[in-house]
Amino acid sequence: MTEVRVAGVGLTEFGEEPSRTGRDLFGAASTEAFADADVPRADIESVRYGNFMGELSERQGHQGPLMAEAAGVRAPSTRYESACASSGAALRSAVKDIRNNEEDVILVGGAERMTNLGTAGATEALAIAADELWEVRSGMTFPGAYALMAKAYFDEYGGDRTDLAHVAVKNHDHAMGNEHAQYQRRIDVSDVLEAPPVSEPLGLYDSCPISDGASALVLVSDEYAEENGVDAPVAITGTGQGGDDMALQDRKYLARTPASNRAAEEAYADAGIGPDDVDFAEVHDCFTIAEVLALESLGFYEVGEGIGAARRGETTAEGDVPVNLSGGLKAKGHPVGATGTSQVAEITELLRGDHVNSDAVADAEVGLAHNAGGTVASCLVHVMEVVA
Amino acid sequence: MSDESSHSAGTGVRDDGYDDLLDAVEDGSGYYLECANGHGSVPPRRVCPDCGTDDLTETPLPESGEIETYTVTHVATPSFSEDTPYVTAIARFGAVRVTGQIRNIDPDNVEEGLPVELTTARSEAGTERFLGFRPR
Ligand SMILES: [Zn+2]
Repeated sequence: MTEVRVAGVGLTEFGEEPSRTGRDLFGAASTEAFADADVPRADIESVRYGNFMGELSERQGHQGPLMAEAAGVRAPSTRYESACASSGAALRSAVKDIRNNEEDVILVGGAERMTNLGTAGATEALAIAADELWEVRSGMTFPGAYALMAKAYFDEYGGDRTDLAHVAVKNHDHAMGNEHAQYQRRIDVSDVLEAPPVSEPLGLYDSCPISDGASALVLVSDEYAEENGVDAPVAITGTGQGGDDMALQDRKYLARTPASNRAAEEAYADAGIGPDDVDFAEVHDCFTIAEVLALESLGFYEVGEGIGAARRGETTAEGDVPVNLSGGLKAKGHPVGATGTSQVAEITELLRGDHVNSDAVADAEVGLAHNAGGTVASCLVHVMEVVA
Repeated sequence: MSDESSHSAGTGVRDDGYDDLLDAVEDGSGYYLECANGHGSVPPRRVCPDCGTDDLTETPLPESGEIETYTVTHVATPSFSEDTPYVTAIARFGAVRVTGQIRNIDPDNVEEGLPVELTTARSEAGTERFLGFRPR
């Protein structure tokens, strides 16, 4: 089967840049990806672009062709919307089409402009990832939804806010020196516990920031890389997707994320590996509890045991399986539509050895990206390996 | 119910199924949808989300439910900015769970397992109707 290689990656700095348009952000990230890939724009056969709230933040629908133009690419382009998993979904489509020999060179990425909406406006925009009738109308915000899951987790399996605080502290530590990260500032457990509440039991430091940013990847087939002398040592060897009921109320368990289990199982089978083979992971920690749920669904921990992972030091840079060496959504930032392919960009650099945290995973061969939408009604998992 | 008591988001138009259930709750006759295979769900539904059958029957909800999880929200969307802090909860009523708010209660008095009955509620800003829970 044709293998999918990451030829180049590009990221803007994630942060507060309210005046930058989505097209400017994606233009910058894609330019960086082309420079990194050394692949000519003219070879791109299609663009797959993830974006969630463009209608609300920029009154802009139909962003596919706009973003191809912004990237300087004359190729057909489609926007993918799957809430916070939008660019993960775009990526999966690209991986499949390269493997199917439909195309050999694809630009995939995403962007989100958010901070121009302000906190209340961005909170309202993020809420639409939930069920409008049953959740949004009841005043359930995005942090509120994860707070409901966190409370259910504490009641069902134990753990407390201090356990969650260690997730935030770890991810802030990891972001130190990552030039793309929104926060490059250490925090301690008491900072998290004493921060103002957002939706109890979650506080300000349990939550990812509101961010502007973009990410882009140039993906090529192994045949193209060989014929054109493209240096692309990292492959995407597994892809998986899972889904669940939209509203929390309709799910069997309030503190489990089976869409992630399904996506992981499919991606592991596709790559021919298991959870024990994963050396490090970037997981979707939009809130501290989300990282815990991800660790359990990915098979790194049994249900109810993931909550102490950060506190025990098992997921830190020095731990057995470092998680979110980029800083994660928590400290690196979460420009929603950019996040899925941003994780893949970070993993590519970590595996190539040109990431600020590469030394923490010097012998690593397998990385995993976990990208979730809403309260994990959508989930994409990708396995990445060093192959050349 | 008068037209102004029930709006879909921003359009001023009723949402069939959803508003019908809220009307029924206000009349003290709340129901859920029970499929021929015994699965429960809440409207609007054409088919059972579990098995796909379109054989759905409106079955009375129990009068009393139980809070399964809740959160006290301090940072709200503009629609709820006058309501903070407020309690959003998920409660089980027999075969289904529903999401709503417990209004007019000290958040410290909410706990898992709290018995509640259904009502409807509105934000202080007042346009959209949603489910409420009242301690029993
Ligand atoms: Zn059924």
